[in-house]
Amino acid sequence: MGMTITEKILAAHAGRDRVEPGEIVMVDVDVVLANELSAALAIDEFKKIEGATRIRDPEGAVFVPDHFTPNKDITTAKLVQRVREFALEQNARWFEVGRAGIEHCVLPQNGIVGPGQVIIGGDSHTTTYGALGAFSTGVGSTDVAVAWAIGQTWLRVPPTVKVTYHGRLRPWVTGKDLILYTIGQLTVDGATYMAMEFHGDALAELPMAGRFTMANMSIEAGAKNGIFHPDDITREYLGSVGHNRYTEFRSDPDAAYERDVEIDAGTIEPQIAFPAIPENTRPVTEAGTVEIDQVVIGTCTNGWIEDMREAAHVLRGHHVDPRVRCIVVPGSQEVQRQMVKEGLMEIFLDSDCIVSTSTCGPCIGGHMGVLGEYEKCVSTTNRNFVGRMGARTAEIYLANPAVAAASAVSGRIAHPDEVASPVAAG
Amino acid sequence: MEKLRGRVWKYGPNINTDVIIPGRYCHITDPKELARYCMADLDTEFIKKIKPGDIVVAGGNFGCGSSREVAPLSIKASGIGGVVAPSFARIFYRNAINIGFPIFESAAAYEQIDEGDEVEIDPDTGTIHDLTKGTEYKAAAFPEFLQTIMSRGGLRGYAEEELARQSAS
Ligand code: SF4
Repeated sequence: MGMTITEKILAAHAGRDRVEPGEIVMVDVDVVLANELSAALAIDEFKKIEGATRIRDPEGAVFVPDHFTPNKDITTAKLVQRVREFALEQNARWFEVGRAGIEHCVLPQNGIVGPGQVIIGGDSHTTTYGALGAFSTGVGSTDVAVAWAIGQTWLRVPPTVKVTYHGRLRPWVTGKDLILYTIGQLTVDGATYMAMEFHGDALAELPMAGRFTMANMSIEAGAKNGIFHPDDITREYLGSVGHNRYTEFRSDPDAAYERDVEIDAGTIEPQIAFPAIPENTRPVTEAGTVEIDQVVIGTCTNGWIEDMREAAHVLRGHHVDPRVRCIVVPGSQEVQRQMVKEGLMEIFLDSDCIVSTSTCGPCIGGHMGVLGEYEKCVSTTNRNFVGRMGARTAEIYLANPAVAAASAVSGRIAHPDEVASPVAAG
Repeated sequence: MEKLRGRVWKYGPNINTDVIIPGRYCHITDPKELARYCMADLDTEFIKKIKPGDIVVAGGNFGCGSSREVAPLSIKASGIGGVVAPSFARIFYRNAINIGFPIFESAAAYEQIDEGDEVEIDPDTGTIHDLTKGTEYKAAAFPEFLQTIMSRGGLRGYAEEELARQSAS
């Protein structure tokens, strides 16, 4: 019996020939990620581990302060201070404000993550790097502390659900729509404890940005990890960020899957997830009239340059509805620099958007755009839970960047066709 | 481990970490303070009405959402003795084990136990006893490796042994 890509990567890191779904293995970890929140708790825990003084592999220990940075208030400033001190004293990789952005954009862009690795992170969207053919998953702070200390973590080998997308994507349809549609089909716990392996001709031309978005949101179906097989698009991306030494793994043709899901991607329209659970999806055309107060475009789910281009394409020559606040949050400093180069910054400013520094801010109702009572927000982020972006009574609708931009212009949930014509297919 | 005994507070499925401990409180690391906001966006009365040792019984996929370890930490610090649910979201599951907070997987218990029932749970055997109704349920046993971690009070104990072993060899 063959093995899946996920099983092969875990076996290789457990020093074994093969592993079976369900068994628990100790694996070597290549990269341990922490943001300021998970790091703060992990540091406390690390200091309690008797015999642990130094991080075993400081090169592989990455710290990205992003949730409440630039520091929101004195409490978070102190917390970040504590984390910074620890990271620097341990000679780990510390990404200071101004050189970084949101963790899940920062790691790929700095060539830190790549195919065949085992990556764990104190953040549930650590699943993002599966887009590059890595095993990558979110863990808690105790896991982070222990991985710093011993270089290993425990994992239950997940069974795999194979999701295959057939056909050619329609205009305006992106990785975000594919994953929202899939979560709608599978439900939010349809893939709990499982690996989600993405396949199909519909993904052949999907840019890295769309793949990152899909892997990022695989957790929203409960998955342990989401994973793509590396191809030319992956290799080209890795070359561009200077990640050149890696091992590619592939699922065997006779690998065993827990479940096979076939999706006719050619019929999918841009999707929108209604409050307050990401599985509550429907085509934008069936949204009805939903007037909105705020739009957020960007963050770790859709903060890539491709996303910014799409949103800018829709916004060009238009103005955000005067009753709406449109906040653009590039995924990283790198993306923001590119936005300036390409003239996107000007388009956003001319259309009355505010462009924020790269931070998690609004996505977790932290700062930089918190929602008030009963406000409605169209957001390209990944979670629409009650209270996620502010007040408990606020409502969050998840969508792709073009839909979000069109909604900002229209003052209500809108299909991009209402505002602009699609760019050439693909 | 000692037996748990308390009254049941019951909630539905897909209770996510954002309602267990909202993002705006996630910079807090002091357990006592975390406890004050436990379940803040699910049930604003929660922290006032529970007593130490009480048990939460909830629907499937409990603890879905973010990786925040403060979620199980805040429940543990609130005094809740343990959580019973048909299934747990995976990061919550591992966080609970890693911090030594008792959780029990049982669909039948969720279906039949009502709010206000008095229950007793034996963590070693996974037996859940509804004293009000006189019924009994058996939670799925933890894999051996996880039992080892729990018996050492969490993952830290495991790491310490591993470090000691490495420095000895
Ligand atoms: S942008 Fe949102 S989902 Fe992404 S890492 Fe930050 S808080 Fe998490």
